[in-house]
Amino acid sequence: MKKSIQDCLKERILIIDGAMGTMIQRHKLEEADYRGERFKDWHTDVKGNNDLLSITQPGIIIDIHKQYLEAGADIIETNTFSSTLIAQADYDMQSLAYELNVASAKCARIAADEYTTKNPDKPRFVAGAIGPLNKTLSLSPDVNNPGFRAVTFDEVAAAYTDQIKGLIEGGVDLLLIETIFDTLNAKAAVYAIKKFFRDRKMNSPQTPSPFPLPPGEIKGALPIMISGTITDASGRTLSGQTLEAFYISLMHANPISIGLNCALGAMEMRPHIEELSSIANCYTSAYPNAGLPNAFGEYDEQPHETAHIIEEWAANGWLNIVGGCCGTTPDHIKHIADEVAKFKPRLLPVLEEAL
Amino acid sequence: MNETIHIQPFLRLSGLEPLIVRPETNFVNVGERTNVTGSKKFARLIKDGLYEEALSVARQQVESGAQVIDINMDDAMLEGVEAMTVFLNLVQAEPDIAKIPIMIDSSKFEIIEAGLKCVQGKCIVNSISMKEGESKFIEQAFICKSYGASVIVMAFDEVGQADTKQRKIEICHRAYKILTSQVGYDPQDIIFDPNIFAIATGIEEHNNYAVDFIEATAEIKRLMPLTKVSGGVSNVSFSFRGNDHVREAIHSVFLYYAIKAGMDMGIVNAGQLVVYDEIEPTLRDMCEAVILNRNNDNNEATEKLIVHAEKVKAKGKVEIKDEKWRNEPVEKRLSHSLVNGITDYIDADTEEARIKYPKPLDVIEGPLMDGMNIVGDLFGAGKMFLPQVVKSARVMKKAVAVLTPFIEQEKEDRKQAHLAAGTTNEEAAGAAKILLATVKGDVHDIGKNIVGVVLGCNGYDIIDLGVMVSSDKILSEAKKHNVDIIGLSGLITPSLDEMVHIAKEMKRQQMDLPLLIGGATTSRMHTAVKIAQEYDNGVVHVLDASRSVTVAGSLLSKEQKPDFLNGIKNEYHKLKEDFANRKTIKNYLPFAVAQQNGAVIDWGNFTPVTPTFTGTKVFENYDLAEIAEYIDWQPFFIAWEMHGKFPALLTDEIIGKEATKLYNDAKKLLQQIIDEKWITARGVIGFWEANRTAPDTVIVKTSKEDISLQFLRQQIKKAAGQPNLSLADFIAPDTSKSTDYLGGFSVTIEGMEPHIKKFNENLDDYNKIILQALGDRFAEAFAEVLHKRTRLEYWGYVTEEHLSNEQLIKEEYLGIRPAPGYPACPDHTEKYKLFNLLGGEETTGIHLTESLAMYPASSVCGWYFANPASKYFGVGKINEDQLSDYTVRKEMDMEEVKRWLSPILD
Repeated sequence: MKKSIQDCLKERILIIDGAMGTMIQRHKLEEADYRGERFKDWHTDVKGNNDLLSITQPGIIIDIHKQYLEAGADIIETNTFSSTLIAQADYDMQSLAYELNVASAKCARIAADEYTTKNPDKPRFVAGAIGPLNKTLSLSPDVNNPGFRAVTFDEVAAAYTDQIKGLIEGGVDLLLIETIFDTLNAKAAVYAIKKFFRDRKMNSPQTPSPFPLPPGEIKGALPIMISGTITDASGRTLSGQTLEAFYISLMHANPISIGLNCALGAMEMRPHIEELSSIANCYTSAYPNAGLPNAFGEYDEQPHETAHIIEEWAANGWLNIVGGCCGTTPDHIKHIADEVAKFKPRLLPVLEEAL
Repeated sequence: MNETIHIQPFLRLSGLEPLIVRPETNFVNVGERTNVTGSKKFARLIKDGLYEEALSVARQQVESGAQVIDINMDDAMLEGVEAMTVFLNLVQAEPDIAKIPIMIDSSKFEIIEAGLKCVQGKCIVNSISMKEGESKFIEQAFICKSYGASVIVMAFDEVGQADTKQRKIEICHRAYKILTSQVGYDPQDIIFDPNIFAIATGIEEHNNYAVDFIEATAEIKRLMPLTKVSGGVSNVSFSFRGNDHVREAIHSVFLYYAIKAGMDMGIVNAGQLVVYDEIEPTLRDMCEAVILNRNNDNNEATEKLIVHAEKVKAKGKVEIKDEKWRNEPVEKRLSHSLVNGITDYIDADTEEARIKYPKPLDVIEGPLMDGMNIVGDLFGAGKMFLPQVVKSARVMKKAVAVLTPFIEQEKEDRKQAHLAAGTTNEEAAGAAKILLATVKGDVHDIGKNIVGVVLGCNGYDIIDLGVMVSSDKILSEAKKHNVDIIGLSGLITPSLDEMVHIAKEMKRQQMDLPLLIGGATTSRMHTAVKIAQEYDNGVVHVLDASRSVTVAGSLLSKEQKPDFLNGIKNEYHKLKEDFANRKTIKNYLPFAVAQQNGAVIDWGNFTPVTPTFTGTKVFENYDLAEIAEYIDWQPFFIAWEMHGKFPALLTDEIIGKEATKLYNDAKKLLQQIIDEKWITARGVIGFWEANRTAPDTVIVKTSKEDISLQFLRQQIKKAAGQPNLSLADFIAPDTSKSTDYLGGFSVTIEGMEPHIKKFNENLDDYNKIILQALGDRFAEAFAEVLHKRTRLEYWGYVTEEHLSNEQLIKEEYLGIRPAPGYPACPDHTEKYKLFNLLGGEETTGIHLTESLAMYPASSVCGWYFANPASKYFGVGKINEDQLSDYTVRKEMDMEEVKRWLSPILD
């Protein structure tokens, strides 16, 4: 039987993949490539809708997944960052949101299963990527009307429910709420996930959890990974929370891991990862950008540079899951994987039961 | 590096910032004014749609110290869901309000859920209950949990709202079992509201309502220790509405007892809480009788309070002073006030000078700085002493406070002028900035406060980050404020490691500003050997506050700095070499041999004295006057950098006069502390059967379990015939067939914070530092009192004792009371065992920080050894073989043991 992700997390630091967008850019795809046969007459431009490629160019997406798996990734993320009713509205493709999630989950599943079969001792996992949306619940888009919201909690929760359903039916192992810059959006995603599993009362498709099931948790619910984004040197999320406040706001998700990704390079992310590793009662994750963008908006931190910074985090025992975000490539992931392989993972904290 | 982290089951809440309710948090104020049912003004603003103004009500609550804000929109005339949504969305856009957690308050669950959909932080729901049955309760709890909120559960069931103690407890316990076992709530996320009802209503059945609440609270906290208790405090005084003065007193007295019983948070008007000790005693006693339902047959106490309430008036008092200097010009008057530390006229005089001088800044740079220069000169010449300097600083602070708004205004005007003219805005560079902090894990700050005052008097801009500050915070604040020097302080030995850590971090982050090290546990040697080598851009140990001025001066002068640092570097290098050389001379015995050479006690002819009880005894509210008789004043003067023997220093030729003044001021404050019960003394003593089972191991037996204490032994080779001591030597071995005993104690002084805060607010460092120093003296004296009573009464191993206070201070008593972490038993981690034996934080009232400092800071603990042969000694340095043996005995990780024992390892 395949080892569970919990088993693997106890043994070693797991590697999560790098940027999808950066890799897609290398293919220099044109409008026609995005459209494929099926959408050749679609009424809006779709170039830039990367998630659509899981339907129109699945070969490219599967190949990118394989490059990351080859580089050593244990966890790959589905190509679904914008696959929601709300985000797809930019291309008038709301009705396709559910299908995009199923298709992307299948692409990742095919690639991961191929590598797990090759080496069953290193099982690969598919994380269903749940992105932050282009509309936000805590901030008003209208500076003259701070009480205004472009979207409601119920709309966000509904969009996420649709996405979650597609991801689960496409066969993901984990649900990854990522690049959270507004904690309330993430709370809506958590709400949707909890409600989804409670409504479905799903039976366990996997190995039983090694941890006794706490009351109120649903058997067979997929583990949740949470990854927030500290946007700048203020050390806060875009919606204004400090790291610890962010973590406290999402503790009820009972996530398997909490971490940070995007916006910062590893250098700038370091103090936040240090702090998180000291307060998180679950596993920790980090997937920084390849440095900060240069004047042309390009990331030029080299693989060995990123890996060198991250090596110290692993040596300090701060990490359980690590990988890359914007600008990182399979080469970055390989360097990171090589550097952290020699270190033990962060130990899960002891939760005291009395004061 | 890879240490396991322990996470405590605290209630954790968040707005934009976290709020972690730790045991030492004491009491969380929940702001009540943003409630349409409780505040007419707020209700009117919401009904009229004046949300901007309604926000200012919220802001005012936060500014007055509310740590959570309660928001309620339950009004028949309002669309509750919409009002809640609109208001919360607006609050989210105000960082100064949204920083604290929100309590969503409604009796309609749909309004609560609407609120939960608007807030990114972790909220409190106020409230849910079983009044509509269990299944509804469970459903609502599930919904609250899926939004990640903590819940207040009101003591309300199908039958009705609980009014008696018994019903309150039963309902809360029932709800607890459901929430934890069926819904999956963590106990720490459950908050009970056992219902506060109005008392003194004239109806006798209501007279016991406060007592019911207080007693139920105690029992709820005992049954379910991780849960929290909250309540709407203003209900209790409802029958006195219209008389805020009496209501505030009632609230304060009620809270005093409820918090003692374990109440963790309450909905209060954060701006209007009076300090318990500040309530006029007659009124306080009357409130107490009504709240505690004492002498209240036929509403006697109630009637008394009602009558008194009508005639309460404020009183003032007048004193006559020598006022000749008041006829001098304003500059002279300012200088007089500064040098003599007089605050009475400073506001008016400063204002007069402000009008006289062209710019407000001229007043600071002119007469005020002239006055402070006189103070500085006098201090430098040894003609003024610290207590006076601190008083002068208080005057200066007050004067600056008067001028600040005008200076800000002027800056703004200049800025606007520049902007209008299109010229750039260049402010003159300000004074050099010095950042001060007591490091993480340490709570002591008297010395740091004194250094801050002295440097402040010398014109430096002080950024004081307070106590228990993490290295991240210190360094990021240092960068943020672009400071010129960082100063670290610490009193307990683990703080030394933290300072080393900070030095390493400064190097890693390539900082280049100098680092000052100070505090009782630090030394030039430790700084030279351990800290200086970790950071290359200047590490200087500063012995005391008066040296800090010259050191800061040298470091901030471009000309002097290189030479000064070079000098220090050479000096430290030499110290380090000396240390290395000295080390090689140390001659250790093999540990096994040292163990053979313990103290020789003839156990065959020794009968241990049996204490009058085993287990623990708690002393609450110990008589402060009795404790005060045992105060050792010498350390008090040392804290003020006045050295010399007490009482001789009072008549010393040089410092005598000022020392006497300080002594008189301190005695005056001491009397006030006692008379007005500012503080309470809490102590625990305990005795247990104990025997030595191995050379350095003592097994202590309690009714529940056996606890093995591990001791360390002197290992340096001694002169012939001299023993290598270990505290374990003073306990009878199990082979001696006689049962021996070991005792333990802790004392703590509670209630200092509000007074320290008050002095802070009054910019009165002088009295603040006196108070802090007295707190420490009280704790030490209390330890002395309890030890004496232990010897004579509770353990009774001494039948007669005639020792003067002086002899007690010289430790001439029989038996000893060494503390874990101090020379005879240098391992701080044994403190955990001591505190477990004494009943933990709840019983002792003391919280141990991660560095094992005790909080409140004015606390003392230790073991009692009764054997006549027992004596104080220092373990000194130990060798590798003892370290490994000890590590095995402690069942701890070697690295961790090394960390804790680093001061005694080579």
